Amino acid sequence: MKKLCYLVLVAALFALAAVSASAYEHEDYYKGAQKGEVLNVFNWGEYISDTYEDGMVDVNREFEKLTGIKVNYVTFESNEDMYAKIKNGGVSYDIVVPSDYMIERMVDEDLLQSFDPNELPNYHYIDEKYKGMYYDPDDRFSVPYNVGMVGLIYNTKMVEGTPDSWTIMWDEQYAGKILMIDNPRDAMAIPQKILGYSFNDPDLKQLDDVAQMLIDQKPLLQSYVMDEVFNKMESGEAAMVPYYVGDYIIMSEVNPDLAFVYPKEGVNIFVDAMCIPRTAQNVDAAKKYINFLLDPEIALYNAWYIGYASPNTAVVENEEYADFAENQYLYPDEEHMPNVEYFHNLPQETLKRYSELWNEIKMAGGTDRHVYIGFAVTGVVIVAYLVWQYALKRRREHWYDFPKA
Amino acid sequence: MKQKMSPLSRLYIALILVFLYAPIVVMIFFSFNASVSTSVMSGFSLRWYQSLAHDTGTIKALTNTLLLAVTSSLIATVMGTAAAVGINAMKRKWVKKTTMHVTNIPMMNPEIVTGISMMLLFVFAGALIHKDDVLGFGTMLIAHITFNLPYVILSVLPKLRQMDPHLPEAAMDLGCTPLQAFFKVTLPTISTGITTGLMMSFTLSLDDFVISYFTQGPSFETLPIRIFSMTKKRVTPDMYALSTLIFVAILLLLVLLNVSQVRGERKLRNKLDKEGA
Repeated sequence: MKKLCYLVLVAALFALAAVSASAYEHEDYYKGAQKGEVLNVFNWGEYISDTYEDGMVDVNREFEKLTGIKVNYVTFESNEDMYAKIKNGGVSYDIVVPSDYMIERMVDEDLLQSFDPNELPNYHYIDEKYKGMYYDPDDRFSVPYNVGMVGLIYNTKMVEGTPDSWTIMWDEQYAGKILMIDNPRDAMAIPQKILGYSFNDPDLKQLDDVAQMLIDQKPLLQSYVMDEVFNKMESGEAAMVPYYVGDYIIMSEVNPDLAFVYPKEGVNIFVDAMCIPRTAQNVDAAKKYINFLLDPEIALYNAWYIGYASPNTAVVENEEYADFAENQYLYPDEEHMPNVEYFHNLPQETLKRYSELWNEIKMAGGTDRHVYIGFAVTGVVIVAYLVWQYALKRRREHWYDFPKA
Repeated sequence: MKQKMSPLSRLYIALILVFLYAPIVVMIFFSFNASVSTSVMSGFSLRWYQSLAHDTGTIKALTNTLLLAVTSSLIATVMGTAAAVGINAMKRKWVKKTTMHVTNIPMMNPEIVTGISMMLLFVFAGALIHKDDVLGFGTMLIAHITFNLPYVILSVLPKLRQMDPHLPEAAMDLGCTPLQAFFKVTLPTISTGITTGLMMSFTLSLDDFVISYFTQGPSFETLPIRIFSMTKKRVTPDMYALSTLIFVAILLLLVLLNVSQVRGERKLRNKLDKEGA
């Protein structure tokens, strides 16, 4: 009888262990939500696992099932647009995911609220090297979500040799096959490195040199791209583009001819982190959500889906993630680590100069004169035709003016 | 006497149609692509349609967009028809002209001006009543109704002008109250204008990006905004599947509408022929 009891107890313990092994850690932390609670999340597009296909999970649905809190998930496509939305007011998000330099700016302008990440049971998974960052030295405003670096993606069949410098993007041999990233800071970052400048020097004279290099490059470019880059590189339409390492891995699965390199002059590294805005209405739910995204299983799904590097040690050490963790581009070790620099927030007049110069760069080129001449000629022709028609009409009326009887 | 179409004009029309529909055909083609690219066709497969069915975020955005389009077009049509009837009945010319000019402003304004000004208005109103999160479905609805109204008014007004004003008077002579005369006589006569206004506002609302972008809130994301947010990483090809489905649905709807119109005319003509004979 005693033996039977023992067996039943052991079996029950195993069953319990099996059940809890497949659930999430620290489930108690997620309890206590009231009915009808809502969480508003503002994140980048395509930046969270949101499908049940291929063995993944829909993170937002899982969170809803676990806590009973409804997730309203809205997306943005650039830091600046997100900043404009939050700054203008009228909206209240509980979680927002800016990039490093934008967090610095939002903290300066008091748009984020502080919280203690050590309260979160899963916070210990964050790698030490991403704590105490320059944009949040006391770790009071943010919890890292994704890490990435910008490098040069090139097509080995179209490019000779192994490039190792950004200057190849000014090589006339590849004219018409070069793509450039379509946002001011990332684009200007490349000439800044070639000229040996820092990304964050507010010296306006340096920016003029940088802009001049980009204007000189313009005739060699195929186009400025954002998400069009995937098609252009995968189909072999273009030979090279500076873009994010995670996207390179996605592209290389479709087109194995593509290769990647961190040019020797230096590259940009960025961290996107989860923050709680000052106007958040449900801070408890926000903390639960951050903790949920740090959960080893969830972070793994996200890392697979998004493809960028994860600051979560549980993900990097996970055996199922080994292919990615050993990838020298995503997680370079000491000897392969490139020169990296983060973007910092810049003073207002420097940012203004960036956007003025970007406009000049975008509009530079030889098309202006031909377009103006074309318009002028068309305009003259139309006016002449109208005048001629009017004159004809007047003449006709004059002819048919019968004398008054 | 109808002029016969020369082969040159046939060619011209064919070229225009090709130019208009080539992007849509390419998109439909690539929605069946087996691989993820949009420039290399590597085999026929339905995977993007399956992926679309699992993509809860996109489906939610689609239902949001449809909900907003239907609600705003219905409300705009009702308000617009009432407004058109009122404008048509105005006696003083200058009041009529001014009202028409004011009505045309939301239509002629660049969308970005309308979008930003509405957002500022809502934020200001929100600050007055101390509400932090005023932007949401309500504000988007108001914004969409605002830019839909001029189109409805402009569709209904010509029909009202074409209608013989003695008809409702005759109905009232025969015993209708003015309201009954409106519903039994005026409304059926202008019904084509109302339908046109309804369809135009539905399409405009479905398609709108700029104004929705500025007046949106955290609880309501529409499809154009969702697609735009994907442009930093990648616009997933299940968008092609979605667009194909929307295109096919609207095509079927229009074909049905046309067929029923033709049938209705034919029935009317047969009836008149029979009675005439």
